[in-house]
Amino acid sequence: MSFYSEYLKYKNFEFNKFLENITSSDIFRIINKDKIDEYDFLALLSNEAEKYLEEMAQKAHRLTIQSFGKTILLYTPLYLSNFCINRCSYCGFNIENKIKRKKLTFEEIEEEAKVISSTGLRHILILTGESRKETPVSYIIDAVKILKKYFDSISIEIYPLKEDEYREVIEAGVDGLTIYQEVYDEDIYDKVHIAGLKKNYRFRLNAPERACKARMRNVNIGALLGLNDWRKETFMTGLHAKYLQDKYSDVEVSVSLPRIRPHIGVYEDIYPVSDKNLVQIILALRLFLPRVGITISTRENQKLRDNLIPLGITKMSAGVSTEVGGHSSKTKSDSQFEISDKRSVIEMKEAISARGYQPVFKDWMHID
Amino acid sequence: MDKLVIGGVKLESRLFIGTGKFPSKKIIPDVVKTSKSQVITMALRRVDINSKEENILEYIPKDCILLPNTSGARNAEEAVRIARLAKALGCGNWIKIEVISDNKYLLPDNYETIKATETLAKEGFIVLPYMSPDLIAAKRLVEAGAAAVMPLGAPIGTNRGLKTKELIQIMIDEIDLPIIVDAGIGKPSDAAEAMEMGAAAVLVNTAIATAGDPVKMAEAFRLAVEAGRLAYISKLGPEKKFAEASSPLTGFLNEGEK
Repeated sequence: MSFYSEYLKYKNFEFNKFLENITSSDIFRIINKDKIDEYDFLALLSNEAEKYLEEMAQKAHRLTIQSFGKTILLYTPLYLSNFCINRCSYCGFNIENKIKRKKLTFEEIEEEAKVISSTGLRHILILTGESRKETPVSYIIDAVKILKKYFDSISIEIYPLKEDEYREVIEAGVDGLTIYQEVYDEDIYDKVHIAGLKKNYRFRLNAPERACKARMRNVNIGALLGLNDWRKETFMTGLHAKYLQDKYSDVEVSVSLPRIRPHIGVYEDIYPVSDKNLVQIILALRLFLPRVGITISTRENQKLRDNLIPLGITKMSAGVSTEVGGHSSKTKSDSQFEISDKRSVIEMKEAISARGYQPVFKDWMHID
Repeated sequence: MDKLVIGGVKLESRLFIGTGKFPSKKIIPDVVKTSKSQVITMALRRVDINSKEENILEYIPKDCILLPNTSGARNAEEAVRIARLAKALGCGNWIKIEVISDNKYLLPDNYETIKATETLAKEGFIVLPYMSPDLIAAKRLVEAGAAAVMPLGAPIGTNRGLKTKELIQIMIDEIDLPIIVDAGIGKPSDAAEAMEMGAAAVLVNTAIATAGDPVKMAEAFRLAVEAGRLAYISKLGPEKKFAEASSPLTGFLNEGEK
């Protein structure tokens, strides 16, 4: 039993037929319910529900404050390496792309850590491309050992690991995992992952669960919005989060909602996701899963990010560079994607405070 | 007002407050002031002693008793480690045990809580365990060396009030330690109700922190707690299920006696 069997239940579900039949009275009934089930959740992603975004927003706002208060946790990604063996049509790190490749030395990691931690940030997310040769688990572990001196919480966004490898990185000091399925639709997944180990859909799909089994504290999942119809992808993301939350109740589950950004190499077969759609996604998720964290990255622009704060967001990145060595090194690599909100940590802190929210820099510590 | 004694310390205030969920840490000193609270809880995971501006401890008046909590602990062992870290960081020897392995409802794990209480009480901590109201578990906490017992009124953050009233009343009646209602209290009237029942104190966070005006709401809670305590020590008149008739139906039975 894994989430794959949940996915299969809905693989041939007639989404469009279901969504077309949703009426305004369905939406009212759902908004007024204390607990909503997966079909209610799907209904909130319908075209009909789009007319009731304000009502949904009011409830989402209330639920978020109840669980998280008026707080936003800040973190920043740290790119360790952009070497990658995969050919993914939507990603700048694609092996086919002729870009400047770079892997940080341990000295460089320490330099980056110093610069980032001087901004006050205590939560860091380390990223690599998928290359077990250039960035093996042992490299990740050594990097974590250095970063532990500077940060209270270390999350990883790297290639999917085996359960015992997750245990090893946790032992070294990792407390969070971010891993996006990119696209839950198995056929599209196969199409956009042209070659490389990432083609293995189920190994990736079950990675969050393997991390839960290894006793990871925070697990953050998501779909890359734009690769498929966002309604279906959001629905599967919500089901996946619920599956993990129900089965591994001591894990803090959160969801990211990345929209495809411009990058080196071109991917044209994009399903559009408007700002309005993104808002509907956030609200529906919050109503379905009141206690799940929702992360919004600097892929989104400043104005939109600020306006999303009261709608259900709990975590935001700040002071971001998606280049390897982007914080301290003179020889940076090319970036994974172009960021949109380029504000510094101080600017983000001020923007969050201006909205009447408390920017939180530290919400964990190493306890071993 | 009569004083509350916990761990040998005499407290004037029976309102404990939390420091999470506030829109800004800067209003915490004012909240403490209007609440007249003397015991302030904060999650150790949020404490950053390396940053003057971000360190929550900087916002808590020095004459308050710090009650660091073990938020984030999934079992007794982790709670014990967090408690020891709190002490090492200079947060004193009071500790609120919070062991939660359910992130959906945030309900505490009484079994692990009892284990952690036992270990930490032996190490000299003043242990205040947060728990799901249960008489037997509370008795075990007493045996384990707790300084008070803190049952929840409703799931944390819900503001639903005293949903577990019957169970808390039994604990107040049967347990010799102070019973402090922690979690679920949404309105000053809920706090007053808990105090009227005989709770020794209440701990409030969400209801104050997420109010439109947290500083005024803190004052409202202070007044409610004081009113509730005053009512309790003044001995409320007994509640009657039926009205007391002025012309009793069985009065005729006594007529011959006159």
